[in-house]
Amino acid sequence: MKNTRRNFIKKTLLISAATWLVPKLSWAADLFSATSLEKTLSTLTGDKTIESSDKIKFIRLPTIAENGAVVPITITTTLTAVETIAIIVAKNPIPLAAQFTLSPKLLPKVSARLKMAKTSEVIALVKADNQYYMTKQTVKVTIGGCGG
Amino acid sequence: MASSVKIRTKRNQGITEIRILIAHPMETGRRSETPESALIPAHYIQTLIVKHNDEVIANTLTGASISKNPYFAFTLQGGEIGDKITVSWQDNLGNMDIGERLIS
Repeated sequence: MKNTRRNFIKKTLLISAATWLVPKLSWAADLFSATSLEKTLSTLTGDKTIESSDKIKFIRLPTIAENGAVVPITITTTLTAVETIAIIVAKNPIPLAAQFTLSPKLLPKVSARLKMAKTSEVIALVKADNQYYMTKQTVKVTIGGCGG
Repeated sequence: MASSVKIRTKRNQGITEIRILIAHPMETGRRSETPESALIPAHYIQTLIVKHNDEVIANTLTGASISKNPYFAFTLQGGEIGDKITVSWQDNLGNMDIGERLIS
């Protein structure tokens, strides 16, 4: 193909069409700029009260992690009408690790792998039926995960 | 180029487990190779979208506290053989990638 202006425009249009096909989701910079646990929780909930709940379970989360770079976690809950599940590592420089917004077609169960800078509480925050619930567990880290 | 996204599915008693592995450095921006060298710039996935056929089933926002080469798992209620699972991600530098797999 000759490198004409027409071809250039054609190519540009094709590339922008391809970009359009990728679904867009905007990141929440305010959630991931909070550096304290309190600020993270208040930003996530909009200052709503959070109830501790034994209906949220860590199916998998070690109590002692030898390697803070890879800490496996699986969270599930018997709460109904679950909208979001957030994973928070209280003492990481940026505590929020991930926030999952789940369709009702998914079971309220998510797995991930976390980096942990040091021994810290790990918190699962669940929004269900417009209420916030949380549970926490301390994970002791013997080698930090942030190369510090 | 091969996709950075690997997807595995497993149907079992009316549910389908979806496991996702993504090749990505997930740099926090706070790390350097040696104590003397410059910090490696932050480079991490920020959004991850999972679709079942054409329907979005999970929207995920992630930060640099997710491990290098991130792994995620979700459980779909239902799911038939031949249904398509699509996973797309975008990082803080504007890179993106998509992977898909048919439920088997």
